[in-house]
Amino acid sequence: MLDPEKIFLDKVYEEIKIEPKDWMPDQYRKTLIRQISQHAHSEIVGMLPEANWITRAPTLRRKATLIAKVQDEAGHGLYLYSAAETLNITRDEMLDQLHSGKAKYSSIFNYPTLTWADMGAIGWLVDGAAIMNQVPLCRCSYGPYARAMIRICKEESFHQRQGFEILLTLSKGTEAQRKMAQDAIDRWWWPSIMMFGPNDDASPHSAQSMAWKIKRFSNDELRQKFIDMCAEQVKILRLTLPDEKLKWNEKRNHFDFGEINWKEFWNVVNGNGPCNKERLAARTKAHKDGAWVREAAAAHAEKRKSRAQKAA
Amino acid sequence: MKERINYTIHLADNALILGHRNSEWTGFGPIIEQDIAISNIALDLIGQARNFYQYAATLISNSTAEPVTEDTLAYLRDAKDFLNCSLVEQTNGDWAKTILRQFFFSAYQFYLYQHLQNSNDEKLAAIAEKSLKEVTYHLRWSSEWVIRLGDGTEESNKRILTAVDDLWICTGELFEATGFEQTAANKGYGVDVSLLKSDWMQKVRDIFEEATLPLPVETESQVKWFGKEGKHSEHLGYILAEMQFLQRTYPNSEW
Repeated sequence: MLDPEKIFLDKVYEEIKIEPKDWMPDQYRKTLIRQISQHAHSEIVGMLPEANWITRAPTLRRKATLIAKVQDEAGHGLYLYSAAETLNITRDEMLDQLHSGKAKYSSIFNYPTLTWADMGAIGWLVDGAAIMNQVPLCRCSYGPYARAMIRICKEESFHQRQGFEILLTLSKGTEAQRKMAQDAIDRWWWPSIMMFGPNDDASPHSAQSMAWKIKRFSNDELRQKFIDMCAEQVKILRLTLPDEKLKWNEKRNHFDFGEINWKEFWNVVNGNGPCNKERLAARTKAHKDGAWVREAAAAHAEKRKSRAQKAA
Repeated sequence: MKERINYTIHLADNALILGHRNSEWTGFGPIIEQDIAISNIALDLIGQARNFYQYAATLISNSTAEPVTEDTLAYLRDAKDFLNCSLVEQTNGDWAKTILRQFFFSAYQFYLYQHLQNSNDEKLAAIAEKSLKEVTYHLRWSSEWVIRLGDGTEESNKRILTAVDDLWICTGELFEATGFEQTAANKGYGVDVSLLKSDWMQKVRDIFEEATLPLPVETESQVKWFGKEGKHSEHLGYILAEMQFLQRTYPNSEW
């Protein structure tokens, strides 16, 4: 008899995708459920800060693009919940975990969207950081997750360009608009680079995930890559990133950057960010308010079914 | 020309205001699939509004030196100059009210665009033809939901009846032609809305029957507001206050 664990590890090593019906270690399954559902929740909760500006978008074109973007995020949430369901957990169970606070979502969505420029900063920085994290996931060892990520990444890079274009337009605009854009970058920069998670030596799940090829690069590697990219792009906007220590280091061939405020990071992760309560309350309320609708749809489907059976 | 412009703006305002209302649901739908669906309808309607506004802007630009765009039309007019019917500006309420508002309006738009496709104004005909494909889906989707809620649970049935009670009074306006609609119909570029009523009623009758809902009684005074002439309910002012805030606060800016 072949050892199932050996078959599993051989596949991972050979870059053959693990599929839902394959044997997999319990911890692999749990890690994926945690990561994919967390990712799905982030898409769904992440709709809220941007939905906040749909009714106030400044032009019809921007309004339409923003609705389409938020709608894409709902779609991403759907693919990801479906990918997670292949690991034997239901969407309802995952939603319960979100609403009870047991499951996390990306902390970035616990920051407020205060001006229109935030729609630009979220696209450029938040989606930019998300893409940096997600592109390697297209090669994740778990097939359904990898395939969902391929679709998601295509749309995310479109969102990132749109966000940058919002900022670019503001940066070429009036003095008030330039200030609005700079203020948004000042507020979103540090939370965005925190999106890559704790430093490598403080990241509890990383080593095992790298071995299983769920993760391909470390948090710090991805963060550095992101900072290097943004430090260049911000010049096009003729705006600045709020970090006095940001400086090109020729020896390292990377930008050096200032100390991240990890106290703030853990504070937001642990529920004490500026909008944690509001975001979760909004999701819970929408779900609760929708309960009678879901019940009605189920009841009607049941009636139809039984009428069809009687007729047959 | 004034009538043709007003007629086009009226078609645009209807689509924009309902699209705006529907987009208030984005992120808050009862289930992800339906959040996507209602956002999609919002997008379609805003797209229709843009087509009509852009056409109206070219008509206006021919007779004025002021630059007019889709955005000056949407963002720089006050409530009394908006020519949408009052049905579309009504608040979302619960899912039942949103669904019923969509059903009443999509059924109306469905028959309207069917006729408008034959407009002797090529531009209006083309927009109607393109939009009709979208509206056909909106009508199917909202009809299915009216049936689901009517024939679902006791609670959903009660809620949709409350919605009928709230919205029925706003449907009379749809079929009472105002000045620019009469001119549009007479000149062959617009539709005689009074002729749409029997098809619309038949559709409502069919769907309500399947939904096990009693048909509302037609009353003498089935017109509460007359938005098409700028006589709006209180709601429109708030929609515009929110929608136009950036354009008003930072005038003459590019976004």
